[in-house]
Amino acid sequence: MEELSNLAHGFGVALTLPNIGFMFIGITLGVLIGVLPGLGGANGIAILLPLTFSMNPTSAIIMLSCIYWGALFGGAITSILFNIPGEPWSVATTFDGYPMAQQGKAAQALTAAFTSSFVGALFAVLLITFLAPVLARFTLKFGPAEFFAVQMLTFASFVGMSKEPPAKTLAAMMLGFSLAAVGMDSVTGTLRMTYGQPELLKGFDFLIAVIGLFGICEILLTMEEGLAFKGKSARISSRAVWDTWGEIFKYWKTFLRSTAIGCWMGITPGGATPASFMSYGMARRVSRHPERFGKGEIQGVIAPETAAHAAGTSALLPMLTLGIPGSPTAAVLLGGLLIWGLQPGPMLFVEQKDFVWGLIASMYLGNIVGLIVVLTTVPWWAAILRIPFSVIAPVIIVICAIGAYTVHSAMFDVVLMLVFGVLGYLFKKLKYPLAPLVLALVLGDMAEASFRQAMLLSQGSLSIFWSNGLVGSIVGLAMLMLLWPLWGLLRRSALRRDGGAFGEAD
Amino acid sequence: MSNDRSTAIRTRGPELTVAALLLAIALLVITDSLRVGIGWADDGPRAGYFPFYIGLLLAASSGWILLGQLRRWASSHEEFATHKQIGLVVAVLVPMVLYVGLIFVLGIYLASALLIGFFMFKHGKYKAKVALPVAIGVPLFFYAAFERWFLVPLPKGPIEQWLGL
Repeated sequence: MEELSNLAHGFGVALTLPNIGFMFIGITLGVLIGVLPGLGGANGIAILLPLTFSMNPTSAIIMLSCIYWGALFGGAITSILFNIPGEPWSVATTFDGYPMAQQGKAAQALTAAFTSSFVGALFAVLLITFLAPVLARFTLKFGPAEFFAVQMLTFASFVGMSKEPPAKTLAAMMLGFSLAAVGMDSVTGTLRMTYGQPELLKGFDFLIAVIGLFGICEILLTMEEGLAFKGKSARISSRAVWDTWGEIFKYWKTFLRSTAIGCWMGITPGGATPASFMSYGMARRVSRHPERFGKGEIQGVIAPETAAHAAGTSALLPMLTLGIPGSPTAAVLLGGLLIWGLQPGPMLFVEQKDFVWGLIASMYLGNIVGLIVVLTTVPWWAAILRIPFSVIAPVIIVICAIGAYTVHSAMFDVVLMLVFGVLGYLFKKLKYPLAPLVLALVLGDMAEASFRQAMLLSQGSLSIFWSNGLVGSIVGLAMLMLLWPLWGLLRRSALRRDGGAFGEAD
Repeated sequence: MSNDRSTAIRTRGPELTVAALLLAIALLVITDSLRVGIGWADDGPRAGYFPFYIGLLLAASSGWILLGQLRRWASSHEEFATHKQIGLVVAVLVPMVLYVGLIFVLGIYLASALLIGFFMFKHGKYKAKVALPVAIGVPLFFYAAFERWFLVPLPKGPIEQWLGL
């Protein structure tokens, strides 16, 4: 078992005193980010990324990925105690988590949520440990055409699987690609789409977009709802933890099912949010007492939390092996790798063994640290949520502005962040998805490079995309995903022949 | 859908605006791709080769949304937000824009103090003895963290210059 010795080596890399310190800092910051509205995994990491440029890449990614785990844990706290999902993937947790808190079972709900998160993440990390090296070896044979095909599959599955209207998914994605193309073309050195504006020379940085689209936009949306935090307080005693642990492992089938859903949705770019809803729906469907769901059923907490954490973790598998992130947060981490001069993809497993296995080992350790931190510190986080929004909101705006400025030390970026914030608000209200926009912005240059290399190999003939079985089947699958909504459209218009053929915005 | 439609803004206006904006961006992308060349040079595809098709796809998808919205113009009553909600959003957005403008003039620390103070007075109804320490303390903390600890200089204004920082 080569993987096990590599993993043992990774533990050696991750288990140094400074790195464990970074884990604790990361988890704590992450929970804070997850608890506060307007700060989430993606933009939280985007804001902190510039501060890690001078750090050793392994320590930096350990800290940043721990922020991600912390944010995943933190989302559950606000959902259960305040009925406010701190993160989109914890919306489903509110359905049964908040009723449990109202019935005075907050400690059980929180313990169940944290434990499920931990179990989901653990299975996903196991999957990464054993699948990633195999996948990396397999993808070593990939040429530019295969890489472009995989990228196309990623984007096509957004169109095919997202619940937003396909035309809007496509538009958001193409906007991302367009913005990525602005600036100097890395191959020919030509300036594109700058229209003589010197600020546009360096192009649009996705970090700015993420801070605006997720941070500023979230503040606007929270303000619109005019919400006031009114929550339950909670203290987790060690007895409650033991009792809950005794109870929840009866539901091992729910755990397994939710983990499977989560891992699948994380590797394909479905993401944590749809995974949590799917898993909740599935748990209710197969339950013998579906009527108990929504009234404080513990399985209604276990299912979405397990799936969300499994999805969030396994989103790193395609990022490491293919250089294709499965979620916006993974996309930001990928951007970090590029900035530190590490090229994600199969070669990473050959050239940067310390980094990769240090990161994988830190996923095990980070989640253990996370579980301990959240179980012991819940009352403090609940106290933070009692700070009124009129204090939190301006402070978060200041943090976002500082974060946007520090990326390139440019005020233009701060202005851009505001523009992205307003755009994000409009997109959210009009049901344009944000994830494909961010992913296209991150992957735009890579997708273009692999497309052009493929075209160079074939002298401009598209036939390279079905020149062998491998690339052909990936492209075929992508086409299927792309045309999937069209099939639904045809079926619907056949059902009601009377008109309204433009059936996009329903 | 609300019964009293006069208090809400319908989705169709913003929907059309965003689709038109995207279409305009698509046209910008297509024109400039044509300018730098979408064909094939001696050393491979030209710079506009890839963005041209991206622009076409963006134009097609936003055009589709635009046309669809126009076709359903009279019959779409979906709500975007109520006037009250828009008011709340504007109440955050305007200070935010002013804040970014003020960073140019006053530097980020003083502007941040003003923003936090304004929010706490206006929206939180705090008294000066609560609001002032927070408004001054938070920027001071960021000053210590960024300028001293991380050694990342942030935009400064005349006050900082006068203090010789």
